[in-house]
Amino acid sequence: MQQLFFAILTMIAGVLACVVYFFGTNFILDRLFPSKGLSGPNASRNLRITNAIRPWLFLGPALITLAVYLVYPVIESIRLAFHDKSGIEFVGIRNFVWMFNDGEFRQSIFNNFLWLLVVPALATFFGLIIAALTDRIWWGNIAKTLIFMPMAISFVGASVIWKFIYDYRPEGTEQIGLLNALVVYFGGSPEAWVTLPFWNNFFLMVILIWIQTGFAMVILSAALRGIPEETVEAAVIDGANGLQIFFKIMIPQIWGTIAVVWTTITITVLKVFDIVLAMTNGQWQSQVLANLMFDWMFRGGGDFGRGAAIALVIMVLVVPIMVWNIRNATKEMEGH
Amino acid sequence: MIASSRSPLAWVVHLSVALLVILWTVPTAGLLISSLRDKDQLAVSGWWTSLADSTQNAVFRAPGADKQVEKNGKFVISGNVLEGGAGEVAAFGSSSLKPGDFEPGQTADLNGGEKLTVQADGSFEIVSDTAMEGTRGQRIFYQATVPSRFTFDNYREVFAAAGIGASFINSLTVAIPSTIIPILVAAFAAYALAWMKFPGRAILVAVVVGLLVVPLQMSLIPLLKLYNGVGLFLGVPAKTYVGIWLAHMGFGLPLAIYLLRNYMVGLPREIMESARVDGASDFDIFVKIILPLSFPALASFAIFQFLWTWNDLLVAMVFLGAGNEELVLTGRLVNLLGSRGGNWEILTASAFVTIIVPLIVFFSLQRFLVRGLLAGSVK
Repeated sequence: MQQLFFAILTMIAGVLACVVYFFGTNFILDRLFPSKGLSGPNASRNLRITNAIRPWLFLGPALITLAVYLVYPVIESIRLAFHDKSGIEFVGIRNFVWMFNDGEFRQSIFNNFLWLLVVPALATFFGLIIAALTDRIWWGNIAKTLIFMPMAISFVGASVIWKFIYDYRPEGTEQIGLLNALVVYFGGSPEAWVTLPFWNNFFLMVILIWIQTGFAMVILSAALRGIPEETVEAAVIDGANGLQIFFKIMIPQIWGTIAVVWTTITITVLKVFDIVLAMTNGQWQSQVLANLMFDWMFRGGGDFGRGAAIALVIMVLVVPIMVWNIRNATKEMEGH
Repeated sequence: MIASSRSPLAWVVHLSVALLVILWTVPTAGLLISSLRDKDQLAVSGWWTSLADSTQNAVFRAPGADKQVEKNGKFVISGNVLEGGAGEVAAFGSSSLKPGDFEPGQTADLNGGEKLTVQADGSFEIVSDTAMEGTRGQRIFYQATVPSRFTFDNYREVFAAAGIGASFINSLTVAIPSTIIPILVAAFAAYALAWMKFPGRAILVAVVVGLLVVPLQMSLIPLLKLYNGVGLFLGVPAKTYVGIWLAHMGFGLPLAIYLLRNYMVGLPREIMESARVDGASDFDIFVKIILPLSFPALASFAIFQFLWTWNDLLVAMVFLGAGNEELVLTGRLVNLLGSRGGNWEILTASAFVTIIVPLIVFFSLQRFLVRGLLAGSVK
């Protein structure tokens, strides 16, 4: 309780500090270079100066925070990846040589590619189907809310939910996990699903698909509604049936949005860590890059060189998407 | 839209949506129902059977020979195996291998020549022709049908023993300042990037978009080193709440700036121009006009940031530590999965405590969340 009080105090102090900074610097700037109520060359000179300085006062705190928390770490990670475990001695590409010879790393790369292939595709697919179907029924919004709900649940919480579903009891005893109960009901024999090498990857992926489908659905549903009515009406007049309209008229018009959803989920997949940590902690050949990296940060007192090298691999995988995003954003900016 | 509401196709649509909704909600429903069940029932039967009676194997030790009474020349020990509890005896037996050999009302022969009868209501009689001996009573094995029972006991237990209460406070301590503090910082920056003219603006916007996708993992090691250095230099611990608040602010800023900038760019230019003609400075325009108008976007970001900081595991593990005192809810849950992996009554109740706050936020403020998602995905 005391710490919560402390937290709220800090929050108020933080907000006050922001207010004081923004009002204070602005007040000082206006005092140093007054332009209000003045006229002549002096006033316009002052106005020019304040207009040149003010954007940087506005941006200052944000830029400093971004520099410290995101830009500096990226540069420092690149440096650390070429240094030894404590980050002091330069070791060249030794970390990378170790990495590519490490069985666990290759396992993680393989698993990550599996995740990248399956999760974005299925989440987008289900999202699109649900978006298209719910648009046609009166209780569509309720359905959407329920499917969207897992978005609010933490990866760890979701892992517990699904671990309960995959729960395994020896054959002959009553199963309390839903999946095994169904398997037994249909005459199969129960399995400890998360310990089956290779296949367990898919059981973990289900969790992320379950969470991300809601995201895909919301974005794609908005895109579907943005399709001009005329194009659909024209197709109806030409005698197209429902499926033809969906695949030949609607889908082509929302390709851009589908790509956005796909890439956003791809990035989430690359960073996935909590689910693997909570479900298997990389055992039974289910390791992924992000969890392996976390492992090396602390394993044996922490090997920052190897950890940073793995982080760099994740970063390299993200770069194409980053470039694509920046190009799209700049294109859009030019339109303004 | 296309299919008329009476056609068979419409039924297919209704059915498939219903199926998908069930698929998506059943996992959470199972967790909630399980967390409310009696822990003995939870461990032996699936939650989907929770409304039906469950059968449990149990054992009861009858009183010793000193409790026997003589009746019509026979020695009798009597009592009730259910001890007044709810339920019914479905079957009973005299050995642990065969707890279901006899129907209620039947009589079983025991090793010592005694006869054991158990009724459905649990009352039993051990009858012997000779006086019974020994202080340890006969063990009676039985299968009881117990009516389903729902209880808050699991929740009481996790708050009292599993440390969930303390973690709940920790999570709040992390999430609230991390949500509120970045808002003003981001709003000012977003306004500068949206409406102020200065050299390098386009590059800065590109940088923000680029930082949007930088994997968090990249930052962890350098920041941990930085924090250790600062901690050593100032003589304070490296892992503090202040550290994690600032970290969450740093990681949340790209999305915040991007979201707010997109929103502010869409505001009508005329408002700002007429204000400028009236002699208002950029600062006045921002504080008096833009900030109030941007409320929906600010709310969207606040919800995102709150959900993200509340649900986060990685940042908390690295910057706050994994000690018992400072664990946030997600960290505590991971720990419980390791140490109490089989105790589903603890796990289900704890999991529900961790997801209840985000769910409340989600259901009450969903409108803003959707709006934020739509504005925040890079188009």
